[in-house]
Amino acid sequence: MTKDAAPDRKAGLLHGLARSSAKLTSGITGLFTKRKLDRDALDGLEELLITSDLGVATASQLTQSLAAQRLDKEATADEVKGFLADEIAAILTPVARPLVLDPAIKPYVVLVCGVNGSGKTTTIAKLANQWRRAGKSVMLAAGDTFRAAAIEQLQIWGARAGCTVIAGKTGDDAAGLVFDAIKRASEEHADILIVDTAGRLQNKQDLMAELEKIIRVMRKVDATAPHSSLLVMDATVGQNAHSQVEIFKEAVDVSGLIVTKLDGSARGGVVVALAEKFGLPVHAIGVGEGMNDMQPFDARAFSRALVGLKS
Amino acid sequence: MFEDLTGRLGGIFDKLTRRGALKAGDVEDAMREVRVALLEADVALSVVKDFIADVTEEAIGEKVLASVTPGQMVIKIVHDHLVTMLGSEPAGINFTGVPPVAIMMVGLQGSGKTTTTAKLGARIEKRENKKVMMASLDVYRPAAQQQLLQLGEQTGLRTLEPVLGELPVAIAKRALKIAALEGLDVVLLDTAGRLHIDNELMTEVTQIKDAANPTETLLVADALTGQDAVTMARDFNDRIGVSGIVLTRVDGDARGGAALSMRAVTGRPIKLMGTGEKMDALEVFDAGRIASSILGQGDVVGLVEKAAEVIDQQEAEKIAAKMMKGKFTLEDMAEQFKQIRKMGDVKGLMGMIPGAAKMKDKIAAANIDDKTIARQEAIIRSMTMEERQKPKLLNGSRRRRIATGSGTSVQDVNRVLKQFKQMSQMMKKAGKMGKRGMMPGMPPGMMTPGGPPMR
Repeated sequence: MTKDAAPDRKAGLLHGLARSSAKLTSGITGLFTKRKLDRDALDGLEELLITSDLGVATASQLTQSLAAQRLDKEATADEVKGFLADEIAAILTPVARPLVLDPAIKPYVVLVCGVNGSGKTTTIAKLANQWRRAGKSVMLAAGDTFRAAAIEQLQIWGARAGCTVIAGKTGDDAAGLVFDAIKRASEEHADILIVDTAGRLQNKQDLMAELEKIIRVMRKVDATAPHSSLLVMDATVGQNAHSQVEIFKEAVDVSGLIVTKLDGSARGGVVVALAEKFGLPVHAIGVGEGMNDMQPFDARAFSRALVGLKS
Repeated sequence: MFEDLTGRLGGIFDKLTRRGALKAGDVEDAMREVRVALLEADVALSVVKDFIADVTEEAIGEKVLASVTPGQMVIKIVHDHLVTMLGSEPAGINFTGVPPVAIMMVGLQGSGKTTTTAKLGARIEKRENKKVMMASLDVYRPAAQQQLLQLGEQTGLRTLEPVLGELPVAIAKRALKIAALEGLDVVLLDTAGRLHIDNELMTEVTQIKDAANPTETLLVADALTGQDAVTMARDFNDRIGVSGIVLTRVDGDARGGAALSMRAVTGRPIKLMGTGEKMDALEVFDAGRIASSILGQGDVVGLVEKAAEVIDQQEAEKIAAKMMKGKFTLEDMAEQFKQIRKMGDVKGLMGMIPGAAKMKDKIAAANIDDKTIARQEAIIRSMTMEERQKPKLLNGSRRRRIATGSGTSVQDVNRVLKQFKQMSQMMKKAGKMGKRGMMPGMPPGMMTPGGPPMR
């Protein structure tokens, strides 16, 4: 991300995650103020992590790590939280990497993909807004030519963020549109071109092939494009996130993730498991429907907010 | 990977069935594994715990353990409990009331409300013979009203014209008023996506409900949802009262544990499920089918239905007759490839075949996917008619020509010919075995040429 994010971003993140972590927090507090850290307490802890979508394997690994160091020792609620946050942060820190644009590449092409309803178009609006505020010229390509009114949706956001939107009409060939968009972006010397794509379930081979085709056609104009391929993922998604990352990665060589809807009650714990398994950067998180509701992914703040500790 | 939940449960159950006698401890061990498998299928923890407790109690009863096939009995208990939890009775849509009656769609952002609204409208007009109007109450998301208007055009459904600046409750009232004037039967209210913890928007949706007094309030929820499904569904139900659930994206590769969770915490039936991007891809929720798929017994019903839909019955019978007589030609093989491709994604089909999940690796190794089949078809299509009837004609230079013609290599051509030879031999044997062939219960066109050996 660019550096113009709000200065109180940690406070914002904490606010965004506060509700998410409320349940986890009260659970842990209840577990550890009353008794010493024994087998039962650890089982309870593991279950709490599972209900945060960390997945069975990651939850059990974190719990075992805790057991190795603290079993049968007196532990206050905050100690346990702190330890847990540190463990999680250690997993997340390597993937908390902002999306850095290479200013030498013009236009810098960002492909945005994901399953239906994950929040691609809204995320594009947020990215565009952020880069516009940093003084970049941004163009958008309305590559979702399938869903009704997806084009209009992007056009409205484009107007709000002050970006030109290259659009055809519903039912057009998406690859053809993207081809034209890159040409125009380079003719008009745009700094950045963000390409929207239709939502697709990763097990639909024909739709994944279509996404691969968009990239092939894109490369006829710029052999190095896309310069970033972002997978937009909904925080409410459970263990299917693994399959999403794996298959999208294979199709379009995903370079980073953006996790959306973290302002809900889903705790986004799957991010921890994904970090361990794939090591893909998590560039940003979405915490609302407005254009400014995007924050950099901060491993420490995220981890501490997840277990209910202040930054 | 989570697609192997079925494989995993299959493995657990194999262990159980292989043993003759079962002790309570064996069942408990198996249940521990079932617990993990269900959690990895995104069934909510609280639901898993109840489920395991119930099943274990019943399964370690004397009647089960003393039975001749205790393993099978345990599987049956798990299956039956799954079906019960998912709701065994298909629940219809309630239209009782003075028309126009309102049906309200609610749910989180991106769960698929607008698409489902149009699908449901089309379904009601087609199957219930009722006149439908759709109205978008989503004044927040850019172009949301536009989206419903366009879907209305696509499906030929009456859609309320948006008025700039009108608020959701007013839109709902106007929709019902106009529908009454126009003599329509049903008004579908597509509300904005909202977080169940957003107090303001939850208040708004209760106001809409009070104004419209709907006969159905359907919670539209994504089958990909994780543990949060339980909180989300409970909150929506507590706040506004949900009459049923529509599960979307069932055609994805998630195991759909969210279905179990939501049904369990709300007690509301899952009425419908979205199974694809086309406007007719909305089906009645079938608990038995989903339970079987979770348990790895395959979706045989779905498979047979799908086959019946797309396979040209006459063509299939013709081929089957030829097979039995040992007169199977390359031309027939190409025809079979075509039929299979018509059924859609090969991997998806494999998932529907009982036991296939357990051999996922073998399937991957056999490299049978849509591309392979398309390529094999192209190879045969690059042969002359004479060559297709008499493969013996195919010498080196002909094979090279075919490889060039189909954009493949001579090795690929050889592989197809080898497969053809194996298949014809198998067919002859099967012909001798009897009319039903080697896969009892399967329609004749369902034999997969070049596929991995089926057990």
